[in-house]
Amino acid sequence: MNDLSPDEKKPSKLAKWSRRGFIGAGVLAGGGLLIGIGVRPGNPIGALGPKVAAGAGEQLVNSWVKIDTDNIVTAIVPHCEMGQGAHSVLAQMLADELDASWDNVRVMQAPADGSYVVSDTARMFAAPFTLNAADWLEPTWDGLFTQLGKSMDLLITGGSSSIRTTGQHQMRIAGAAARQMLIGAAADAWEVPAEEIATRDSMLVHEASGNSAPYSEFASAAADQPMDHTPTLKTRDQYRLMGRSKARTDIPAKINGTAEFGIDAVPDGLELSYAAVVRPPVPGTTVTSMDANRAEGMSGVLQILNMGNFVAVVADSYWQAQQAMNTVGIEWSQSESPVKTMDDQFAVFASALDGAGDTGGDQAAARGDAPGALADAATTIDAEYRAPYLAHAPMEPLNCTAHVADGKCDIWTSTQVPLMARSEVASTIGIGADDITIHQQYLGGAFGRRLGSEYVAMAARVAQATGYPVKMIWSREEDTQKALYRCADMSRMRAGLDESGALVAYDSVFTQRHDPAEACVPAMYDIANTSVRVAEAELHLPFQAWRSVDHSQQGFFIESFIDEAAAAAGADPLDYRLSMLTNAPRHTAVLEKLAEISNWREPSAEGTAKGVAIVESFGTIVAEVIEVDMTSGKPVLTNCWAVCDAGYVMNPDGFRNQIEGGIVFGLTAAMYGELELEDGAIVQSNFHDYKMLRMNEVPNIEVALINSGDVPVGGAGEPGLPPAAPALTNAIFAATGTRLRELPIAKQFV
Amino acid sequence: MASFILNGEPITIDADPSMPILWAVREKAGLSGTKFGCGIAQCGACTVHLDGQPVRSCSTAISQAEGREVTTIEGVAGPDGELSKVQQAWVSEQVPQCGYCQSGQIMSATALLRDNPSPSDADIDAAMSGNICRCGTYTRIRRAIKVAAGIEQPRTEQAGEEA
Repeated sequence: MNDLSPDEKKPSKLAKWSRRGFIGAGVLAGGGLLIGIGVRPGNPIGALGPKVAAGAGEQLVNSWVKIDTDNIVTAIVPHCEMGQGAHSVLAQMLADELDASWDNVRVMQAPADGSYVVSDTARMFAAPFTLNAADWLEPTWDGLFTQLGKSMDLLITGGSSSIRTTGQHQMRIAGAAARQMLIGAAADAWEVPAEEIATRDSMLVHEASGNSAPYSEFASAAADQPMDHTPTLKTRDQYRLMGRSKARTDIPAKINGTAEFGIDAVPDGLELSYAAVVRPPVPGTTVTSMDANRAEGMSGVLQILNMGNFVAVVADSYWQAQQAMNTVGIEWSQSESPVKTMDDQFAVFASALDGAGDTGGDQAAARGDAPGALADAATTIDAEYRAPYLAHAPMEPLNCTAHVADGKCDIWTSTQVPLMARSEVASTIGIGADDITIHQQYLGGAFGRRLGSEYVAMAARVAQATGYPVKMIWSREEDTQKALYRCADMSRMRAGLDESGALVAYDSVFTQRHDPAEACVPAMYDIANTSVRVAEAELHLPFQAWRSVDHSQQGFFIESFIDEAAAAAGADPLDYRLSMLTNAPRHTAVLEKLAEISNWREPSAEGTAKGVAIVESFGTIVAEVIEVDMTSGKPVLTNCWAVCDAGYVMNPDGFRNQIEGGIVFGLTAAMYGELELEDGAIVQSNFHDYKMLRMNEVPNIEVALINSGDVPVGGAGEPGLPPAAPALTNAIFAATGTRLRELPIAKQFV
Repeated sequence: MASFILNGEPITIDADPSMPILWAVREKAGLSGTKFGCGIAQCGACTVHLDGQPVRSCSTAISQAEGREVTTIEGVAGPDGELSKVQQAWVSEQVPQCGYCQSGQIMSATALLRDNPSPSDADIDAAMSGNICRCGTYTRIRRAIKVAAGIEQPRTEQAGEEA
């Protein structure tokens, strides 16, 4: 991957979000060789250009695309690549609008520079519903975006947003605008009407005159062309690359060992030392004493650093550093947290929910009169659900390589938020952001974990203390026990059914609400009286967004409880949902297709049963049926069927891969995911006790897609996850009559 | 100190004989395709071949490799760079997501197919369950192994697939 260091590194100020903000910035010429489209007023393309146009013969056509003298089109992608395929699909979207030859399209990671701020992402990340929100949900997101935009350095990969924001609003427009400018330059040169010039495979063709030329021939002249601020985008019947399963561009490097992840960084010309670290076992505590006598004499050890809130051993190799670290005795200060065990944590949640009672707490969403309708209901059901803390556990343990010298800092790492990481380093080591360069590497998984940057700041501190370049690597134990976490939560739910069994009232109250704000609202269902409340409670472990964020708990709570209502009504769970989706034709179509491909209406084999769940998240509707075999007395996952409607899928195979992965991630958490506490510290430490689903445990997975059209395009990375846990527990209920209201599942069947 | 054959070339590693092969090949030999995942032989990201057999290099000392042949992901392709059947199948089935575990997955799959050219699903389960994929590409790994074995056909060029 190309590694770019920006020369214009002013901290970003987020422009007010608007499409016009991007298109309206106009075209700037840079030395007669560069042109560009601004991502915001005050376009810095002139200063940025020399860094992006690395070769002498290359022309920068705009911030997001360049064309070199060999007619190679390079898409400059602002998002990191962590396995979600963003690099490839964003290039597809740009190249399609540009009519570029796919074989000659390359992908470049954008530098960590304010110029590449992913402005739309802020809005989508904070509140996806803002683009098509139901009026009654508006209070759930109002204000969130403003707050976020003010405080963040927004070069973010997350929220299943790359296609929906950067792809739709920037890559496509950049490609279309560049194409028009190339046509304009050729029309001037050939003295023919622009409308008569066709483009295909990175070529300009004027049939009547017999003129034709590769794009590269007019790349420079295109700089002087006026830019249409609202280029005409292709309609679906004109797509050549979008909607097609093009092979991912990052895969060849990932099958022969050449892909460079953060942990593989070997900066040119630098002799690396290696650091192992130990962080506090209980969050917020600090080192009170350290005994490193034995470590000091060990082979290869260079320095042992007491950094206050962590200890680092620096050595000639990581293995030596970790071996020495294992001998260091550290005493930590006492934690003031009252939470020592998970029972304590759930007691904190229960206390908050008790305080909220039947109608208290912050009203997250309300429709009708839920308390009144519950009082009048023929039948009411109550349930309390629990979700545990979870670690992200990306396969690449957190790591960062840093070099601090001469008032400057270079960072090599894998991060979802390079600009925020830069800010955190700046404030931590007292070097201005202008003098800090983030070299982005491939991410060996992230799932939200690499939205936090504390590990980057730690490496910078170690490198500043040593004065020489250091690669810091966390052990798996540190990664599991001393990191940032998916929060635990508890939800109390109440439903009211009328005489026919129809759900007429719904109330839930829980303690944790992060993102997306609408995750806690069963908005798709026709429930006349709905109340959703939050009674905030303190978390013992630090929070970090975890794949699908609030949907990961709320999907389990809501879709399990809807299943309870169906059971109370004596109804088929899938039909019961359909009966409440009369105003949701897309959801209805998804469930109907799911019933068909999963043979829902056929009886299951003896000892097996199916469960269903449907969740809309990040703009994509996903419904799943899981089939479980209980004949051994323990759940064996046999089959999973999923139907997804993302509006329109840009790369079907890439989309399916993401949904498959989301399902496995969700099932892993459902079966095994749990962090327990002992004296305030996490008990689980590595993959032997923080278990993952393995090859012999995953079900067959079949994913079907619906392109329902005329709606904003939905995300891929997260939406596969939320239905997985409730579909599984609902299947176990169908097989055994046992309703599981807490996770994980496996330990309940030993 | 330990001397062994690394991807066909003799190499001497000047390090404590108890240093794991993982760190020797990554930091001493400069081959970073073999990955650190857990350090306790639980995840398989560090899988290499020792005399053709898959081992977890995070928990195998270089002293155990003395005089033997070590093969890493960098040594899987042919001398002219031609991808192995397993690697080709990983491409045709578009297996990797983040890719971090895939060196280890390919090493385990390669060893499986060498010993058992036509594995059953149960054989695949047995050989591959030591390798964790956090991205959840298991169904594709299974299919790719079958494609490499000739049990299933590679998916045809997908360029034309409509959503």
